[in-house]
Amino acid sequence: MPPQMAETLKTLANAAPDAEESQEPPKAAVRMVGLNSWYGDFHALKDISLELPENRISAFIGPSGCGKSTLLRWINRMNDAIPSARAEGTLEIHGKSVLGPATDVVGLRRKVGIVFQKPNPFPKSIFDNVAFGVRLHLKASKSEVDEIVEWALHRAALWDEVKDRLHDSALGLSGGQQQRLCIARAIAVGPEVLLMDEPCSALDPRSTAAVEDLMLELRKSYSIAIVTHNMQQASRVSDYTAYMFMGNLVEFGTTADIFERPQRQETEDYITGRFG
Amino acid sequence: MAERRVPLAKRHRKDRIFRRGCQIIASMSAGILAILLIAIVFEGVGALNANFLSGAPDPDPAVAGMFPAIMGSLWLLVLTMLVALPLGVAAAIVLEEFRPKHKVLRKAHAFIQLNITNLSGVPSVVFGILGLTVFVSMFGLFGNERDPLLETGATYVDQFYNQGDFIIEVPIDDPMAPETVPVDGMTIYTYEGTAMELNLLGDDDDWPEDEEIAMRSLYSWDLPGRNKERNWWYFRLPFGRGVLAGALTLMLVILPIIIISSQEALRAVPSSLRQASLGLGATPWQTVRRVTLPAAFPGILTGAIIAMSRAIGEAAPLLMIAGIVFITRAPSNLMDDFTAMPLQIYNWAGRPQKEFHDLAASGIIVLLTALLLFNAIAVFLRQKLQKPLS
Ligand SMILES: Nc1ncnc2c1ncn2[C@@H]1O[C@H](COP(=O)(O)OP(=O)(O)O)[C@@H](O)[C@H]1O
Ligand SMILES: [Mg+2]
Repeated sequence: MPPQMAETLKTLANAAPDAEESQEPPKAAVRMVGLNSWYGDFHALKDISLELPENRISAFIGPSGCGKSTLLRWINRMNDAIPSARAEGTLEIHGKSVLGPATDVVGLRRKVGIVFQKPNPFPKSIFDNVAFGVRLHLKASKSEVDEIVEWALHRAALWDEVKDRLHDSALGLSGGQQQRLCIARAIAVGPEVLLMDEPCSALDPRSTAAVEDLMLELRKSYSIAIVTHNMQQASRVSDYTAYMFMGNLVEFGTTADIFERPQRQETEDYITGRFG
Repeated sequence: MAERRVPLAKRHRKDRIFRRGCQIIASMSAGILAILLIAIVFEGVGALNANFLSGAPDPDPAVAGMFPAIMGSLWLLVLTMLVALPLGVAAAIVLEEFRPKHKVLRKAHAFIQLNITNLSGVPSVVFGILGLTVFVSMFGLFGNERDPLLETGATYVDQFYNQGDFIIEVPIDDPMAPETVPVDGMTIYTYEGTAMELNLLGDDDDWPEDEEIAMRSLYSWDLPGRNKERNWWYFRLPFGRGVLAGALTLMLVILPIIIISSQEALRAVPSSLRQASLGLGATPWQTVRRVTLPAAFPGILTGAIIAMSRAIGEAAPLLMIAGIVFITRAPSNLMDDFTAMPLQIYNWAGRPQKEFHDLAASGIIVLLTALLLFNAIAVFLRQKLQKPLS
């Protein structure tokens, strides 16, 4: 991105409070067609086709081991680190292919931020955590970095809590604060898509509420995909929900449809807790 | 049902006996160490004075010191670490952070890993032999060990030793040139390198009274001897039995230690940190450079210091390289002859006279002090730098 990234980011941040649920269906941020994935011989994702709409929150639910994380981790190719993992099929972000060998993974990951289950701040200062990605991608002056860090911390609703101790270790923060710091760190590089793999499952209820509020706020500027085990959370924050089972996408639709009018019996069983 | 319990008193007695037994065994090993230390201190503390640290080895045990050995060890240590640390850490990074994906490469990777683990158990004499062929003689590729094929940094002088016991030097450009014939008024140098004008005396002239003139006087019949002087940047191939060959051989000994301890330090870095870095778009190398290596740094440093204390105490491989030589000064270039603390101790301990055995004990005190110092630094750094990583 050009050096005026701070400007770009601010424009993003002040984007019109989402032109409230306009009539026309939202564009797809992420599109999958016939996506298959394997770990060695194990078929982990089976023929997944779906579209994650832009500037919406899409939740992935399903029992443990059904492939939610695998799916998420293909979107920014984090699975590259696993030697046995491979994928076939179409996976596009804003029309650009993700899986092809020509894809520049560094550029891809800049466009697709990821937040993990367990908060994983670097053992560095709060400031350096947020500045980390910025310094990777931008030849920014010190004041520009300062500006982006402050912006990202504001955006992650963390600024007021940490502004007086930016240079203290990030490991001194509470779990919820650490997770919001990881979100700030992810958005500081200016992504278009945010992946969150059970971002609240290691947090207490208050921190969970704070992160959920944050997600609803970030939805205006980012397309978010979240994996969650918490049905209430899925119904509270998401616009769309995907139910997965044993590597299959069983059902995908608006959250209201999935939770109130599921088409498939398995979905209803899972949601109402009659699963298994 | 009848209860068949072990009586409590019996259990307590067993516990007491077991505890006593462990205490006795533990204090025995500590006791042996203490006896050893006390014996050495008793023997060695008498000869341990300022002269011992600053003096050179001498046939007279009363004035002998181990300054050349201390300096030799210092040279070895610095050179060894300069080479072994970057190499070892780089190897650890490759082995730990850049594991290959391809099947064949994975096999090669596992094979190398196995070899490194095995190398750390190889006796150091074996490395001594390796050092001898690889570094000292370089497989004979560059001529003889004593007569190097390639050398740079040596200057040749013709040296006159005049009637007044002064040394007069004339620098020589071509080592093959015929010997210098003294000419009145030519520029000459003192042994220290001060330029002077030669005062040539005729056959009948008396030796000058004036010291300044005597210093730069020669009779026309005075003959020079040709000398090779090595500058501090003297370098040759093959390396010969110099301090560099010694350091490289020590490097072979400690490289496996450094690699393995660095690997352990890298492995202790939670993979969640690597994921965080990669997820932000860092390349694998940026991840190593900015996240993994800094987090592993305290562990790598401690491993390096442990390796240093291993290197400073090694005698066997150095014995192969340097042998037991009588050396009275510190090394002055990379190819210079050297001795080291363990060699000097070994040398003294092998003499028949009791006085030299006391010197050996003093030497051991110095060596042990250095070792303790290293270990103390290692512990201190571990406490100081080791921070939680998650
Ligand atoms: N690194 C891996 N190697 C082999 N199998 C894996 C690996 N990661 C996940 N799996 C398998 O893939 C399936 C899907 O895993 P995952 O995507 O983590 O499920 P979820 O996030 O829905 O709990 C599971 O059966 C799991 O055992
Ligand atoms: Mg998962």
